[in-house]
Amino acid sequence: MESRTRRLTVSSIAALAAAALVAGCGGSGSTGSSGADGDTLTLWTHNAGNAAEYGVVKQIVKDFNAGQSKYKVKIQAFPQGSYNDSVVAAASAKKLPCILDVDGPNVPNWAWGGYLAPLDLSKGKVAVKDQLTSTVATYQDKTYAFGFYDVALTMYSRKSVLKKYDIRVPTLDQPWTKGEFMDALAKIKASGKFKNTLDLGTGDPGEWWPYAYSPMLQSFGGDLIDRSAYKTAKGALNGEKAVEWGKWFRSLVTKGYAPQKSSKSPADDFRNGKTAIQWDGSWSAQANTDKFGSDLAILPPVDFGDGPKIGGASWQWGMSSTCSNKEGAQAYLNFSRQTKYFVDFAKATGTIAATDAAAQQVKGYETGGQFNIFLKAAQEFAVVRPVTPAYPYISTVFSKTARDILAGANVSSALDQAVSQIDNNLSTNNYSTGS
Amino acid sequence: MTSASPAPARPGPRTPLLRMLALQAARIALALFFAFPIVFMLVSSLKPDQQIFGDLDSIKAFLPVGHVSLDNYTGVFDRVPAARFLFNSIGISAVTVVLGIFVNSLAAFALSRMRWRGKKIVLSAVIATLIVPFETFALPLVWWVNQLPWLEVNGFHLTLTEGWLDTYQVQVLPFVANAFSIFLFHQYFQSIPKELDEAAVIDGANWFGIYRRIVMPLSGPAIATVAILTFLPAWNSYLWPLMVVQSEDLRPVMVGIQYFFQLNPSWGEIMAYSSMITVPVLALFVAFQRAFVSSIASSGVKG
Repeated sequence: MESRTRRLTVSSIAALAAAALVAGCGGSGSTGSSGADGDTLTLWTHNAGNAAEYGVVKQIVKDFNAGQSKYKVKIQAFPQGSYNDSVVAAASAKKLPCILDVDGPNVPNWAWGGYLAPLDLSKGKVAVKDQLTSTVATYQDKTYAFGFYDVALTMYSRKSVLKKYDIRVPTLDQPWTKGEFMDALAKIKASGKFKNTLDLGTGDPGEWWPYAYSPMLQSFGGDLIDRSAYKTAKGALNGEKAVEWGKWFRSLVTKGYAPQKSSKSPADDFRNGKTAIQWDGSWSAQANTDKFGSDLAILPPVDFGDGPKIGGASWQWGMSSTCSNKEGAQAYLNFSRQTKYFVDFAKATGTIAATDAAAQQVKGYETGGQFNIFLKAAQEFAVVRPVTPAYPYISTVFSKTARDILAGANVSSALDQAVSQIDNNLSTNNYSTGS
Repeated sequence: MTSASPAPARPGPRTPLLRMLALQAARIALALFFAFPIVFMLVSSLKPDQQIFGDLDSIKAFLPVGHVSLDNYTGVFDRVPAARFLFNSIGISAVTVVLGIFVNSLAAFALSRMRWRGKKIVLSAVIATLIVPFETFALPLVWWVNQLPWLEVNGFHLTLTEGWLDTYQVQVLPFVANAFSIFLFHQYFQSIPKELDEAAVIDGANWFGIYRRIVMPLSGPAIATVAILTFLPAWNSYLWPLMVVQSEDLRPVMVGIQYFFQLNPSWGEIMAYSSMITVPVLALFVAFQRAFVSSIASSGVKG
């Protein structure tokens, strides 16, 4: 029996050695790592499951493929929630596609990491200078990505509710001050008619936290990082103004105005009448209008002292640095820069077209239109998230810190700790400055 | 001598009845407690979004009342190639289970029944791998599978290709060999008398004959347990496929759930899709429940 075992072992080792030899000699038929097979280029998008936006991407690709015969673009769509993980994994395997979309705040990190190559957009029909600044991503003076649209943060309420409690309806020119806002919350809370006086949407686990709440911090006069050199968060994130923001943020919970953790769908809670004022985005405007009609009040962000602020930059398009056919990728990206596609994206997604000319062609966003307030807010109040490769880390730290503050952590200590972590990350990685 | 002491008090007919009722009530309460999330999922899959959140504050959240329809299920098929994803997951899970049972039982057989030097060290090394979480080596594994060769059939030609990314095999083969399955088989095989092997040898059986004709037929509960324990992670696989699969045609069901998380998620559709992908797992567990419990009990392994 033992001799049989030995024979079996020897045979197995021989088989393994043969397999290893074959593997070592392999290599023919490799698909390579270029994101392009000759003149056939691969395009990745985060739009799987989002038929409206995906439809526009498919239309542009179809038009591009039909309009010339040199290049062919083929699409692979990924679901948004797992898109970044797929890209990072592909980058580590050197399998990035030629053309890909990227969430705006991540562009500096992907450029620094060598995922993205700079773009030359001079041949597109739409000039870069005509776009909302938040829709063009630059890093170290080079353009790495551009978007067809942006979104805007806003507050929703009902005119009838504001009128009932004798609350002034704020405008872009005259937004609520901090005092007015807190008075409004106190009046609504005193009525006892709403489960949530204010819903900040704190149930969302992702990028919503820095996107939605860092503009409030900026409006107080603080920031996520000192943007003069992008080398430290000291002073910006733990200075007097930032601490003031943190204390105010926590007070929304302690005073019973906002739930510490919102439900999974704050928009449905607002439409169900459970919430009086909701901090949300332009993407909910149509559904809210469908529900409340002319009673819907779309309110600009509050001016906490340093002017009203909203986050800027949404999904944008770029080219991978490993693309073996950069000429083809550039050709596609420049082809896509036509006003009609800016319009199509904005219509399909209910977002703000990235140029004035396109916005005029989107119903509701034209001058005087019901949703034109979003375009104006994006033009006047948008602040892009810090242009540094450290942003994904800053985003994580800020989200955790804001959660801790909302849960009752000591504001100064929490912000000091956040600054220490961010500064440590900045110095460890020796990130280049933003642009 | 007759005893004057009173006979021990017999429990009255009411006491055991009350105790039984209390026990049953506790069991029902416990069952409901664990069933509620599943009931909520199934019921919510029949309601529009606004109603799901409107009903949350009352018992209506667990009842199919209000505007009930199959619209969410229709929406699932509009948004996601659900049939394709289900087909992929069933195939990937089934092949992983079959190969896993074969490979791991063979390994356990060698470790449990054969006599060879160093097998205790090998067994310890195998068990030691259990403490390494998959997430820690997922990225290096992506790099590794991207270097591996594969034979592709093109008509009548075999072509040697490099890299397993974006294939079915990359979703199956890395998960066939499993330390826990080897350990479980090993523990179970230890409980089978070795005299059976000796009797089989006298009758002319070789090692593979003993494995095939003696040990495996006596290991039904262990096979069922390994089948379930291999099936569950294969079915629930999420991180790995989203890292190594780019083509939609090759994606499994769990990646599909992300299709629903857009700026305004459709929770009714999420519940409908979740119901669709949960039912096969529940059915499998119910089918193998008896063998599963039996194997866990006999092998002394707690999950």
